[in-house]
Amino acid sequence: MTVTRRPVVAGWFTGDDEADFRLLGTRCTACSSVFFPRADDFCRNPGCQGDGELAEVPLSPRGRVWSCTDGRYRPPAPYVSDPDTPWEPYTLVAVELDAEAMVVLGQAAPGVTVADLPVGSEVEVVPGILNEDDEHVWTTWHWRPVPAEVTR
Amino acid sequence: MSADVAVLGAGMHPWGKWGRSFVSYGRAAAREALADAGLDWRDVDAIVGADTVRGGYPGYVAGATFAQALGWQGARVTSVYAACASGAQAIGAARAQILAGLADVVLVVGADAAPKGFFAPAGGNRPDDPDWLRFRVLGATNPAYFALYARRRMALHGDTVEDFAQVKVKNAAAGALNPRARYRKRVSAEEVAASAVVADPLRLLDICATSDGGAALVLSSVEFARRHGRSDPVRIRAVSTVTPVYPKTVLDLPDIATDSAVAVSPVAHSFRASIARAAYEEAGIGPEDLSLAEVYDLSTALELEWYEDIGLCPMGEGAKLVREGATALGGRTPVNASGGLASFGEAVPAQAIAQVCELTWQLRGTAGDRQVAGARVGITANQGLFGHGSAVVAVR
Ligand SMILES: [Zn+2]
Repeated sequence: MTVTRRPVVAGWFTGDDEADFRLLGTRCTACSSVFFPRADDFCRNPGCQGDGELAEVPLSPRGRVWSCTDGRYRPPAPYVSDPDTPWEPYTLVAVELDAEAMVVLGQAAPGVTVADLPVGSEVEVVPGILNEDDEHVWTTWHWRPVPAEVTR
Repeated sequence: MSADVAVLGAGMHPWGKWGRSFVSYGRAAAREALADAGLDWRDVDAIVGADTVRGGYPGYVAGATFAQALGWQGARVTSVYAACASGAQAIGAARAQILAGLADVVLVVGADAAPKGFFAPAGGNRPDDPDWLRFRVLGATNPAYFALYARRRMALHGDTVEDFAQVKVKNAAAGALNPRARYRKRVSAEEVAASAVVADPLRLLDICATSDGGAALVLSSVEFARRHGRSDPVRIRAVSTVTPVYPKTVLDLPDIATDSAVAVSPVAHSFRASIARAAYEEAGIGPEDLSLAEVYDLSTALELEWYEDIGLCPMGEGAKLVREGATALGGRTPVNASGGLASFGEAVPAQAIAQVCELTWQLRGTAGDRQVAGARVGITANQGLFGHGSAVVAVR
């Protein structure tokens, strides 16, 4: 059987390699509000007078850690994990995006721990794998620290 | 005309893991509240049930389910769902009927039979449900959100895990004095520190358990209370059930992102703070008038945030209050004199009603060993999934 790569949710991100991977939101053409997860039916700004369209926009690829934590216990379904294997904690990170003025939650890349993600530090979005089954590799987004630039 | 409604009766089924239906807990709490009010169920004009999602259809139509369990008697019925704020919405609906003159006496009931472990979304494949999505895509449990707030507090305000543990120590000490609490044992800071990490930085003893439980209130017009021989009842003076104001800029259950603030500047106060502000405004009081408060301590760190949100101290100074003992029994403004969720656990639709039961007993001066001396004014604060606010002000 062929195993195909498939996003865990259609339309939330694009690009398959690190260079062009971006989260996708929508922007109201009337009031410029941004939505993630994408809003396609209506704008949620109560002061928006326009019948604006919601146009797809890529979100900023980098942001700063708002906060983070990890999951030391296996989450319930619909999170997919094999109950017969030992639980491997993963890290969750909430990221502030400046240009969009919003906070987006995501899993951190494998191996990244809470200690790697001090509040305010810079992170970037990269493609990741959520889980695999017989037919699919379910893809998602991950955040990982941006290496500090070498000071001259 | 007074905008107050009277609390004629309060009742509770003890919290715990009892293995029975939510209906039996609600019925037991209702019968205790009716007995406390000195009323027969057949004297009640209307019943409002706070819904639970865990009983199938009976849970979704809790008002009618409790009415059937008590024996059909023709009362007007309402069922409300607002997650953790369901109880406050039930009280709000009852109060509105009384103040509108549609009913003299209303019974409010909430009860739950919660599963052990993490709360999970309803089953099935439902990618249009934000609650389902946060579990499927991120595995983000409720404690994960509490932990994000906790770590943010540590970074912004310098809170420590020892500060968080002190909240558990305080609430467990109060709960040890409450016969209706599930956990009636004092807990030390060392025991908190020795418990397993659930979501860094929060440990098992920082996070409330899921529980079974039930709570009920009999509310009436002040005029009815007077005719019934209650000249000085505990009165509900305000019920806040506000929603957030766009853009909501604090990450919150079950959302995986905040609203964007590019088009509209956020209001000065957070959603949680706006819940209490609406109640204060309606009641015409301020935090300085409080004798005590019952707040939703889903986690120890979250209780510190509520101190700030209900105005007991400026933003960022919550930990100072618990360090000083200001919010312990005997302190300036005791918080969670009942023992809080730390001692009760979470029985979702019952909890906001249970908070008002505690205010009722405290304001009557019948809270036993955990009595706050001379209590005259109390507030409850709570927040429900999907943007439901909940606060009640009660006075004597
Ligand atoms: Zn708009």
